[in-house]
Amino acid sequence: MLATINFFDVLFLGEWNTRVVVLGAAMLGLAGGVVGTFLVLRKRALLGDTVSHAMLPGVVGAFLVMQAMGGGGKSLLGLFVGAALAGILAAWAVPALRRSTGLKDDAIMGVVLGSGFGLGIAMLGIAQGLPGGNQAGLESFIYGRTASMIQADAIAIGVTAAATLLIAIIFAKEFRLLCFDESFGRAIGRREGLLDLGLMFLAVVITVVGLQAVGLILVIALLIIPAASARFWTDSFTSMAALAGGIGAVGCWIGASISALAPKLPAGSIIVLTLALMFIVSMVCGVKRGAVRRVVRAARLKVRTGRQHLLRAAAESMELSGEDYWTFDNVLQARGWSPRNLRSIHHRAARSGEVVPIGSGRYRFSDCGYEASEQVLRNHRLWELFLIRHADIAASHVDRDADLVEHVLGADLVAELEQALERGDETPSSPHPIGHTL
Amino acid sequence: MTFDYDGWIILIGVLVAIACAIPGTWLVVRGMGMMGDAISHAVLPGIALGFLISGTRDGGWMFAGAAVAGIIAAVLTQVVHRWGRVERGAAMGLVFTSFFSLGLLLIVQTADTVDLDPNCVLYGAIELAPLDVVGLWGIEVPRIVIPLVIVGLINAVVVVVLYKELLISSFDPGLSASQGFNTKWIHYGVMVLTAATCVACFEAVGSIITVALLVAPPATALLLSRRMVSVMTLAVVIGSAAAVLGHFSAITVPGWFLGSGVDTSSAGMMAVLAGLLFLAGVVFAPERGIIFRRLAARKDAKRVAVEDALGLLFRLEERGVRADLHAVEGLLRSDVRIGPSQMSVVLARLRRRALAESSDGEWKLTDKGRSEAGGLVRAHRLWETYLAGRSSIPTSHLHEAAERLEHVTDQAMAEALGKEVEHAERDPHGRSIPPA
Repeated sequence: MLATINFFDVLFLGEWNTRVVVLGAAMLGLAGGVVGTFLVLRKRALLGDTVSHAMLPGVVGAFLVMQAMGGGGKSLLGLFVGAALAGILAAWAVPALRRSTGLKDDAIMGVVLGSGFGLGIAMLGIAQGLPGGNQAGLESFIYGRTASMIQADAIAIGVTAAATLLIAIIFAKEFRLLCFDESFGRAIGRREGLLDLGLMFLAVVITVVGLQAVGLILVIALLIIPAASARFWTDSFTSMAALAGGIGAVGCWIGASISALAPKLPAGSIIVLTLALMFIVSMVCGVKRGAVRRVVRAARLKVRTGRQHLLRAAAESMELSGEDYWTFDNVLQARGWSPRNLRSIHHRAARSGEVVPIGSGRYRFSDCGYEASEQVLRNHRLWELFLIRHADIAASHVDRDADLVEHVLGADLVAELEQALERGDETPSSPHPIGHTL
Repeated sequence: MTFDYDGWIILIGVLVAIACAIPGTWLVVRGMGMMGDAISHAVLPGIALGFLISGTRDGGWMFAGAAVAGIIAAVLTQVVHRWGRVERGAAMGLVFTSFFSLGLLLIVQTADTVDLDPNCVLYGAIELAPLDVVGLWGIEVPRIVIPLVIVGLINAVVVVVLYKELLISSFDPGLSASQGFNTKWIHYGVMVLTAATCVACFEAVGSIITVALLVAPPATALLLSRRMVSVMTLAVVIGSAAAVLGHFSAITVPGWFLGSGVDTSSAGMMAVLAGLLFLAGVVFAPERGIIFRRLAARKDAKRVAVEDALGLLFRLEERGVRADLHAVEGLLRSDVRIGPSQMSVVLARLRRRALAESSDGEWKLTDKGRSEAGGLVRAHRLWETYLAGRSSIPTSHLHEAAERLEHVTDQAMAEALGKEVEHAERDPHGRSIPPA
């Protein structure tokens, strides 16, 4: 009971001590989501990972330098500057090495990430041998420790994140161009390399301020996961960025709240797992690209094409036999459908009143079914004739090609076809022998 | 027989390098260099679960858990990439950060019952490895050597048996599919090999160092060779060198700055050395290195400048213009764009190769120079004629195109060009084409 009260206290900022920390984390999530949108669309997600790993030598190096200068090495700002310098160096090194070696990006990133982090570990080994090295909390940069963030840290993180967000919004148009139409951007005089570097700089800043909250291994999640989740919900760039910001903010809010309640748990992990949960929900339920939506759409398409296939196959079967009914077995041979599939298509058509079973495997059209079948047949043959005349496809091959397209022919297109082929609204006869089409 | 302490560390490092070189090479040529990074993070929950179940640090549970987690992560990445249509890099980052978080959480949650430090997974404990020994045929060897040798052998056997399949599916997926190899299964096979290798190496050198040894030596080897067998061999050699040098520098380098007796993580330095060897490759590699390419480019530029100067003298002679020393230098500066620093080099080379000589204040082509210049001008004008007939390049721009092409046209090509333009005698500008 007590725990529940605490939880809501924290979640809704009832407690002053955690309020600033949680708000700072949420701000970080918001900025991370927006910057991450550019990064993911620009296909630079893993470059961010390389950059964050390569920051370790920067952090430790800054500590060593400050120690040598007698500053004690605990200044957060100093460590951040070191991290940012190392990050920018890595972000610059990857494209530079790619150009001078011709190797692929991923290999270069692996080398920079691995040896950069190795250098950090080696330097950490030295730093921890020094007096005061163990107390500096350098290792907390690897895993992050939101709970130990003090108010001043959180405010600094929040303000820096807000500034980054502002820059990202100001240059949104340029970055968007970079993501979607590089060559157009170049043509109107936008410097692609400069913009790329600017984008990486924003990512570096987010990474640096995220180091304390989630640690350098997981910080990339703040950039990738919200953006990738948002993509499932929308096709518009602006709403994707806004949504990614929102997802990032909420994820960090909840994650930071939970870890404020349980300081023993690693805050970075909680935040990332919260974000991962939101990704799973998005991937399943997203209204634009989500799995459910896609499965439903695919099923609907299958039903629609199944109906049209039946209408056409039945009409052609009747045209061949000259009867006013068709048999299940004849239609079964017309295309490669399974008996079960064909039976369910018949059932569905019977339910909708287009097809009337007249016993012993025979069926005939109702009036509306007849009309519909005429139209399907007409569309198919118009398209076939169009392909033969204008796309130089042989009559013997045209059936397959028409089959692929006929289901998406709209009324406008049919009218256009009629005009192109100078046909009235009668159904043309088949340009190839019907019946067994391979 | 026993190695002493440092010998074992170096040997373990070399074994890691050997085990990593083979799958690493294929990862790099297949464009999956970051997969090592992803897998190395993703195995953490598997390792944690392995500990939870077995309650001990050694034994197969940890290995099995890690391998299973690595494979699940690889499959999930594919699912997110294919089903979610998320770009592969983002899908990878998404899955491995989630897995790593889960692993971290599991480890912290069970810290009371199981003695496991996430640092161990991240940067290994190669310094402690020689102390943890098992007896093997009467010899005491570090326990970690056994899985490393096994994984190395498995990698070698797989590559020998499936070499053709790997080669074709890596470089020509279409052909591979048409030959009936299942590209998808080969992809997962590479994943499984990588996962197993990573897991075996983690305990020794830690996950991120493994990434360095997995990718950097093959990337360096690819700068030196393009034949897969030699790439793999070179990767083994380079990786081993990184291991050996890495350990020595871990012992010695900190001492230079902080006085003797200070040392640092050997695993970290091995990764650093792998990176440094890569950088050395980038700079010094024959053919693909920066220095070599710069030198080649400079040599090429000099050759082109000399050829252009030769062409200029030929054209002056053709028009009956006196090739005054100063006038020629002026023309070389303005038309051929030879810089002041290059000028004397170019002119000296003309003299030294006896292509032209200067007397009475003017340049004269020698016979040798004339025939060489004739060939160049012939190539130039043949190209102009050919391009005028075959391309949509306007006549005013033909010169620039031909200017570039004349320097890469050899005898055979000039002959073929001559045939193509039906041995025309005049170029589009009306100048005569010198005979071959």
